[in-house]
Amino acid sequence: MGAQRVLAAEDVARALKRMAHEILERNKGADGLVLMGIRSRGVPLARRLAANLTAIEGVEVPAGSLDVTLYRDDYDRTGPRPLGQTEFPSDIAGKVVVLVDDVLYTGRTIRAAMDAVMDYGRPTAIQLAVLVDRGHRELPIRADYVGKNLPTSPVQDVRVSLVETDGADEVTVVDREEVAAR
Amino acid sequence: MSDRSTITFTGARVVDPASGRDEIADVIVSGDRIAAVGNGSDGLRVDASGLVLAPGFVDLHVHLREPGREDAETVATGTAAAAAGGFTAVCPMANTDPVTDHAGIVEQVLRLARDSGYADVYPVGAVTRGLRGEELAEMGAMAAHGVRCFSDDGLPVRSARVMRRALTYARTWDAIIANHAEEPDLTEGAQMNEGELSAVLGLAGWPREAEEVMVARDLILAHGLGARLHVPHVSTAGTVALIRQAKARGTRVTAEAAPHHFTLTDDLVRGYDPVFKVNPPLRTKADVEAVRAGLADGTIDAIATDHAPHPPEQKEQEWAYAPPGMLGLETALALTLTELVGTEEGQGTLTMSRAVAALSTKPARSRGIAGHGGPIVPGAPANLVLFDPAQRWTIDAARTRSRSRNTPYAGMVVRGKVVHTLLRGRFTCHDGQVAGGRPGDGRARR
Amino acid sequence: MMRHLLSMDDLGPEEITEVLDTAAGFAGVALRPIKKVPTLRGRTVCNLFYEDSTRTRISFEIAEKRLSADVINFSAKGSSVSKGESLKDTALTLQAMGVDAIVIRHWAAGAPEQLTRWVDAKVLNAGDGAHQHPTQALLDLYTIRARLGRLEGLRAAVVGDVVHSRVARSVVRGLVTTGAEVTVVGPPTLVPERAEHWGASVSHDLDDLLPKIDVLYLLRVQSERMHRQFFPSPREYARLWGVDRDRLARLPEGAIVLHPGPMNRGVEITADVADAPSAVITEQVRNGIAVRMSCLYLLLGGEARPADDAGRAESGGREVPAGGRPRR
Repeated sequence: MGAQRVLAAEDVARALKRMAHEILERNKGADGLVLMGIRSRGVPLARRLAANLTAIEGVEVPAGSLDVTLYRDDYDRTGPRPLGQTEFPSDIAGKVVVLVDDVLYTGRTIRAAMDAVMDYGRPTAIQLAVLVDRGHRELPIRADYVGKNLPTSPVQDVRVSLVETDGADEVTVVDREEVAAR
Repeated sequence: MSDRSTITFTGARVVDPASGRDEIADVIVSGDRIAAVGNGSDGLRVDASGLVLAPGFVDLHVHLREPGREDAETVATGTAAAAAGGFTAVCPMANTDPVTDHAGIVEQVLRLARDSGYADVYPVGAVTRGLRGEELAEMGAMAAHGVRCFSDDGLPVRSARVMRRALTYARTWDAIIANHAEEPDLTEGAQMNEGELSAVLGLAGWPREAEEVMVARDLILAHGLGARLHVPHVSTAGTVALIRQAKARGTRVTAEAAPHHFTLTDDLVRGYDPVFKVNPPLRTKADVEAVRAGLADGTIDAIATDHAPHPPEQKEQEWAYAPPGMLGLETALALTLTELVGTEEGQGTLTMSRAVAALSTKPARSRGIAGHGGPIVPGAPANLVLFDPAQRWTIDAARTRSRSRNTPYAGMVVRGKVVHTLLRGRFTCHDGQVAGGRPGDGRARR
Repeated sequence: MMRHLLSMDDLGPEEITEVLDTAAGFAGVALRPIKKVPTLRGRTVCNLFYEDSTRTRISFEIAEKRLSADVINFSAKGSSVSKGESLKDTALTLQAMGVDAIVIRHWAAGAPEQLTRWVDAKVLNAGDGAHQHPTQALLDLYTIRARLGRLEGLRAAVVGDVVHSRVARSVVRGLVTTGAEVTVVGPPTLVPERAEHWGASVSHDLDDLLPKIDVLYLLRVQSERMHRQFFPSPREYARLWGVDRDRLARLPEGAIVLHPGPMNRGVEITADVADAPSAVITEQVRNGIAVRMSCLYLLLGGEARPADDAGRAESGGREVPAGGRPRR
């Protein structure tokens, strides 16, 4: 079928645990952190990361959701899309905002997310946590925390499923031609 | 072609309601007269097989705009459009600028027509000075130039007293008063037919009663005086019914309807294209059916175009600003044939003969216009039209002989095309083309 | 969303829902420190107002600026129009200048539709004569939905000078399309029987209707209608169809009162009704901005999308197959 599973449920869980530790190490604790999940799947990931941080440090870490539809740079080509929820769980001035997304690819979504965050307030820093980094950046953007580095080709598709949105946790890579043939 | 030439139109279907003729025949035209109708030929032979040969059409209601609105039309361009449409005589209305309310303008219009030579004109004089509806215009002075019909068309004669006076005074010459039937108090700000669509489009409505109330008034006044009334541009079923009753009672009334009122309905106003704005407005299907029935049973005597040219910049404005009016001379025949005359025997609202009568014979008769409308008999002036009843063509707003372009039928495919129009034996339209006229060929109509 | 927004007659229930849902997404922008999103950056919108209307124009201008569009204001007074320039020539000038959208308010019904024949820009009708005022109706529907949680099955009464009102035509149509039961109310001179063609019932008895409705929509009654004999006096109008505290009390619990403004206090509505908790007039105004942002966003949304909208490439226009997701 041309679909290959690269992360099973346990792999996802371990990656998120490790990433939580890395966040705490880099930021010397959980103080002043705000996690912002991007679009659909970034949101449950942000909540899980926040839960992991709380489990380790014992402090509440706020997690919110960010819809970047209005900041996209491809409005001309795609036309109007439905708007999603944006919720900042707290004020972000002086905080470290950690953007959370499932797949990092061209980097354009992250650029839009940073603009959205800046329009909301002035954080001390913005960091980026992604479950999968599949390469092929078109902008100078890099992730601070990566679940798995996954070299792919442009004719491949990376599919992330999560329990909260799709019923199960896994990451698969699908070859485009196979899909088209279906 | 010189005046002395002789032409024979061979094998035409001669439709001449005035003589009751509808048969294939050869018609010989010699000089400015008809020489013979029957079998045989002389002079230049023109093959007219497949064509209908009829008396040239007579339009009781046109607006030639000159003097005053030469940007829209002139007597020359308007009569050229008439020739293209198969008309040999037209009656221009008096709402010129200055108004045709005295003999001087009548003379001017007659001269302009004579000089361009495309068609004979029988100007309609105003009923009241300046069309103001207050003081009678000098009907006598205009009558001396042959005017036998008076109308303030464009505007109604609002006052019952003035209308009654006008009908009475006109009896001196047994002249006709043609009142534009519109009760102005009911049509203030009106933009389109009042009905379901006007409620949706937010355009103020022009109720049927506004026309019928005035037609009723005029019929009663005319009847009481034994005076002659003509009802222009009949647009509603109620008006048709009123005229039918009045004729049955012996009222001396004639009536006309325009092709747009037996063809188009008010749903064309959706889209707000002012080319569909006209007064009286386009109505509903039921009204269109009633107008057709009126033509079929003779309640409506004539088809008259109410040819109302307006330059493009006027018709390309906001609907509320645009003046009402549609072209009609060049498309009247085609619409009559396409909409009213069936292709098969027994089909359609009118027979070919009745259609010709509505376009030619009856208008000429009702207005006392001699020399037009037939009969096509030896010695009669050769005012003729030859048309191909089967030829299909597409109406093109860019190719009008009129100076203006405001035809509501642009893009419509219709049946029936004028091939030749002859005014006193001379081709004003030849093979579908109107050439420049020759000065001095037309005659002053007295 | 269609190419232009000219009339509520052109919108089906799904399209209305799309506008309202999108507006909900924009409502949050007004609450941020930076009340701006870059979505329409680089687009030029012209507010072409042939009729004075400060409130509507400002509402549109704020919406346009919050979307980062460049805004041009063209009012008929003191412009080339007052020197006799025709609508067509003004349109061709704007076309030559390359504006992306024109928001037009005009005293002549049909002018926005005529405008679409002369320009490539998207046209948004901000009120044309007595014909339509779609964004007003949309913000009213948004307000009703926000307060009552739904639109379908609501019972609404639209009261006042219905025959001359573009707001009435748009609001009635919008309510009918979204499944509400609508009655138009007023004297027969202002509420003719043919209003049934809009899909509403006609009534001349307001008191009888009040206990049975969820939404009471009051239209402005102009005194000039009195001078044209549509009703004998403001006093008589107020007595029979004006809403005061007593009439307000006859409404069922939870019913709301709307008015498009500006109000004729003392004629169709009294001061204490205008200020009552069930009157949502200021919410209407506030919602107007989000709704207009939504309309502009949906109207200026690039080229027509193909039927499959599962996701599009973020860069280079590379295609994503059915079921694929946009790449990051």
